[in-house]
Amino acid sequence: MKHKTFFWFILPTATAMLLFIALPIVSVVTQSLFTPHEQILKTVENCTPFNCTESTVVDLDATEQQRAEQPLGRWAGLSIYLDRGHLATAVIADAWTTRTSIGDFVDRLGNLPFYRAMSFTLTYTFVVTPLLIVLGFAIAVAVNSLHRHLKGLVIFFSLLPMIVSPLIGSLVLFWMIDSRGVLGTGLQWLFSNPDLSLKASTELTWIMLIVYGVWHSAPFAFVVFYAGLQTLPQDTMESAMIDGATRWQQTKYVVIPHLMPLVTFVALIQLMDNFRVFEPIVGFNAEAHATSLSWFIFNDLGGETRLLSSASASSVLTIIGVAILLSPVLVRTWRDFKAKG
Amino acid sequence: MFLKKLVVASAMTLMAGEALADCEISGRVNVVGNEFPAIQTVGIGAKECTGGKVSTNLTADHQKINVAGMTGNPAEYTSAIVANSSIVALINEDVIRPLDDLVAKYGQGLKKNQLITIDGKVMAVAFMANAQHLVYRADILEQAGVKPPSTYEEMLAAAKTIKEKGLMEHPVGGAYMAGWNLAQEFNNMYIGMGGEFFEPGTAKVAINNDAGVAALEMMKALSGYMNPDFLTHDSNATNAEFRAGNVALMNMWGSRAATLPDADGVDPAVKEHMAIAGPMTVGGGKIPATTLWWDGWTVAKNISDEDAAATFKALTYAIRPEILNDTTSPQAVWLINGYQPTPAAQGVFDAANAGSVPYPMLPYQGLLHSALGAELSDFMQGKEDASTALADVEAAYTTAAKEKGYLQ
Repeated sequence: MKHKTFFWFILPTATAMLLFIALPIVSVVTQSLFTPHEQILKTVENCTPFNCTESTVVDLDATEQQRAEQPLGRWAGLSIYLDRGHLATAVIADAWTTRTSIGDFVDRLGNLPFYRAMSFTLTYTFVVTPLLIVLGFAIAVAVNSLHRHLKGLVIFFSLLPMIVSPLIGSLVLFWMIDSRGVLGTGLQWLFSNPDLSLKASTELTWIMLIVYGVWHSAPFAFVVFYAGLQTLPQDTMESAMIDGATRWQQTKYVVIPHLMPLVTFVALIQLMDNFRVFEPIVGFNAEAHATSLSWFIFNDLGGETRLLSSASASSVLTIIGVAILLSPVLVRTWRDFKAKG
Repeated sequence: MFLKKLVVASAMTLMAGEALADCEISGRVNVVGNEFPAIQTVGIGAKECTGGKVSTNLTADHQKINVAGMTGNPAEYTSAIVANSSIVALINEDVIRPLDDLVAKYGQGLKKNQLITIDGKVMAVAFMANAQHLVYRADILEQAGVKPPSTYEEMLAAAKTIKEKGLMEHPVGGAYMAGWNLAQEFNNMYIGMGGEFFEPGTAKVAINNDAGVAALEMMKALSGYMNPDFLTHDSNATNAEFRAGNVALMNMWGSRAATLPDADGVDPAVKEHMAIAGPMTVGGGKIPATTLWWDGWTVAKNISDEDAAATFKALTYAIRPEILNDTTSPQAVWLINGYQPTPAAQGVFDAANAGSVPYPMLPYQGLLHSALGAELSDFMQGKEDASTALADVEAAYTTAAKEKGYLQ
């Protein structure tokens, strides 16, 4: 393609990417480096239906002036990234020097919001992603071997978990596993323990979220693998059969190698998606047991007083986290590309 | 029954007819607010106005959208319905306007105690008062042979008896959902224990003390008699438990308690035997373990004077004395002229008379509320002790307060 043609061809995409990806990232990074001004407080008399009292309020005129002089707020540098709500470097250093044992240090690390969120997010990501790939592959192989009249119907039902919006899907499950819900009561009966509650135990909540995650994302893997199966080279399959390969051997030596690039693709997308786990945490009201960086952002912006700098820092950390997670896959893809070129 | 419907219907027609005559506005009105029944009534009232476009967005997530929706110029929402806690964010962000001139022009019907004044300027018009108080099942308490509790210690004892007699498995209800609700229950209990949230005159938090520990220990003891899922139960879910007949004692909002038996499918025993009493005290304290709230409306700053006047007129019309009838009166403790307290209002009145304190309107109280909501659930699950949990809250609050510039 000529350079000029290429330029015009890529221009709309490049503009959109600049506007909707690059600029927001610049904005978020900027916001994470600044914090609001020091508040100028004054004491005034407030009257409510109950009484009149002396109370502290923010001096708006003075604040207005400050904002006009420095619209971005105070320069905070990396202090938001390093505070207790994020990387908590000072607290960790203190915990390390005053530790009584390694276990004590790990406990104290787990008490910090960022590291607690990370422990859930990483567990979730690394359990859900492989499981959904295996499950998606199994469904794809199974559906592919069905009679063609049945395929359409089965494909539709297999896709349902992905069609249902994540928040609704998790809410439906949330009510079913309630201790008064159908599954919750069923489990209580099964284990004859009337106090058994999936929502009250951290371990069970994690398992529930992971099961939900696999349930929700497996159809994606299934669709991709099913499409891949349609391009399976028939002559290779036939030669394998003539050579006397069993069904298992055919799958292992022909199908899986053929689908490998797709596995990389699904892993890439799902690692990214699962690291940003959010809807199930809200849907399952699971914040007491499991949080993620995305949930931090939601929480910072949803309180009565919005913490924009903190939310921005969490966003930047999410981007960095995703980049780190994807780096092995990206490096491999790059190497493959170089080897071919 | 038919007769009653007819009366209501004709009353509605009368009101609608009156609306045409009384509330003529020329401007845009868009109200954002919470969704409980009394606010729904106000929303419907404002929509009766003619001449301008009136819309409402009443949702439990109102706090997440009201500041953003009023920051632009012109603001999307011309009014936010707020309470003592949520008005603070609107004032801090400077998105609502003083109402003194509008009150002078159009607000003759308003009572003095409805006007919320901050630094001498009217910033909101309150239309109802609210508080959390005891709601109980008279029949279950009678069967257990206990009196309605007036202290949390008595509540624990009553719960123990009810459970031991096998009347209910989880007799206590509470909106202990991690986040805002759990933090609010701590606030109640801490105030009841006589605690102060901040070092006087500063934004420096001071809750890691005996009162804080005692408050948490009481909450933990109560949770032992709750549905094991309590950390996921907000006030709607707690009400659902009460409606289903699974709960005998709970601390519930006045604004939600009154309409509790009205939903479909409520257990008949609950309908018949539900009773309301004042808030409880705790730890031998005199001040009830609850907070007083007002709900009122504000007018946005970043809108034209015409829209502001329309908003003020429509909302003043929505809280005129004529809105009070058999359906709306029990919905809240209205601060409107001519309001006759219904039996359902007893709890909130008792709360006010017993010397309960209003929820603090401090600019940094919301930050503490968020920190409490995020950090207390570990303690409630038994993962850490009370003092560690409170130290975590203080650390989380201090981090947020530093970021917002309240602390250096």
